[in-house]
Amino acid sequence: MKSVWIIAQRELRSFFDSLIAYIMIVVFLGLSGFFTWLFGSDIFLIGQATLQPFFSVAYWTLFFFIPALTMKMLAEEKRSGTLELLLTKPVSDWQVLLGKFTAALLLIVIALVLTIPYYITVWAIGPIDHGAVWCGYLGMILMSMAYIGIGLFASSITNNQIVAFLTALFIGLFFLIIFDVLANNFSGWLSQLFYFLSISTHYESISRGVVDSKDVIYFLSIAFLGLTLAESVLSKRNIVEN
Amino acid sequence: MSIKVENLTKKYGTQKAVDDISFEVKEGEILGFLGPNGAGKTTTMKIITCYMAPSEGDVQVHGNSIHEAPDLIKKKIGYLPESNPLYYDMPVLEYLEFVADLQGVPKDQVQKRIVEMVRVCGLNIEKHKKIGELSKGFRQRVGLAQAMIHDPEILILDEPTTGLDPNQIVEIRKLIRELGREKTVILSTHILPEVEATCDRILIINQGKIVADGTPDSLRNKAQGTEVLRVQISEAVSEDEVISSLQELETVAMVDPVPLNENTFMINSQPEKSSRKDIFNLCVSKNWVLTELSPIETKLEDIFRELTTN
Repeated sequence: MKSVWIIAQRELRSFFDSLIAYIMIVVFLGLSGFFTWLFGSDIFLIGQATLQPFFSVAYWTLFFFIPALTMKMLAEEKRSGTLELLLTKPVSDWQVLLGKFTAALLLIVIALVLTIPYYITVWAIGPIDHGAVWCGYLGMILMSMAYIGIGLFASSITNNQIVAFLTALFIGLFFLIIFDVLANNFSGWLSQLFYFLSISTHYESISRGVVDSKDVIYFLSIAFLGLTLAESVLSKRNIVEN
Repeated sequence: MSIKVENLTKKYGTQKAVDDISFEVKEGEILGFLGPNGAGKTTTMKIITCYMAPSEGDVQVHGNSIHEAPDLIKKKIGYLPESNPLYYDMPVLEYLEFVADLQGVPKDQVQKRIVEMVRVCGLNIEKHKKIGELSKGFRQRVGLAQAMIHDPEILILDEPTTGLDPNQIVEIRKLIRELGREKTVILSTHILPEVEATCDRILIINQGKIVADGTPDSLRNKAQGTEVLRVQISEAVSEDEVISSLQELETVAMVDPVPLNENTFMINSQPEKSSRKDIFNLCVSKNWVLTELSPIETKLEDIFRELTTN
């Protein structure tokens, strides 16, 4: 557990040292602020005291941002060889993965915490559904966990950051859009299956304020699956390398 | 801390990088790992450090198997990988602290160990810079510092002196020698004089197999077999007479005049005999002046070349 935290700290520090963190936070706040307050179906257009516009923008921005955070985490370490250095220290593959997972999640949480002023502002304007807001945030965090899992897996299969980024987007796209489309095109149990696999199904019910254990388990299992696959790819060095 | 390698085999696909090698390193021994590129040195080191699993065989460090207690072994080993990978975006001190934390150095010891490593590796003037801003030699020192930060009982160094200038090389060799008094060290290198200068024992591997194992001296003796002397005799009547007289000596197997050098001969003695005394006595009796009599040592380079070219 201690090793996980040491690795997470280092990753987080490298986010802030390399400006990635600042750029990501500024762009995230800028984009979501712009669409929440100024443009499109913003709060004033809807005329309701709700953070729904913010959540639907963040729904998309996280989809792009998280692969950008995770793409270098393993790919770069594999390319430069520092992974060898890390794994010959008394840490397991899992501890390394969990450390990186924690670091990415913490950065997302920091970005989300910085949007709390939105919440307070809307609260000041009108009667807000507090439950829905907190559930919305919970949904964001759960969804981020799933994306980070996918991102780490994508980063583990290549030495190239760009490939890792695109792979993560590609896999993410299935969960975000393609399963949804497929669900509408099929009928019967296949439709049910795709409907269940789609992120929007689970995200919507959470952001409406309904926290169902089914939805929580859905996000957590994507994250877990991503990490497990990443771990099995990492341990492949034991079989073939170079 | 002894290391015992037993029937280690590592396959990459169908190619065997390491082919059934066994050896043992005793506590306090400095083992030099020699071999041409791609001989399996790095692979063996990666297996001992628990980075890769072997296809077959086992490594035991102080009785602990790499299959059963990798974390225990990793704690006892300080490892400097071949290409010296480092986090270039981290400052030196921060990086050393990170490694110390990961290695489980107690909190109150961390700063003391870092100061010690900065001193030993001569990092003082560069310690606040980012690693990416350092020259290759200083990066190598950072690599060594991180390998030794937790005062490991075993040091595994994959080509530790690459990129260092001659002064630094001498310092690092001296450091390795000093460390080798209490620690077990395995180092690989291409530089043969380095092995002679630092190692107690040499292991030469070629195409995944051990082809030689022993002290530098014993390897030399084994490879040489017979004594070879370079002899210069002046004041003799003719070269031919000298050659024929030398040839008649019981202990001499063969005499060759050295081209371009007058009165100089290469003399091979009979196996396991020395002809030095006889040559001297011959010169005395004939009233020749013996101006040179030097044994020719087989160089480690020659042994290496002989064993690793097919």
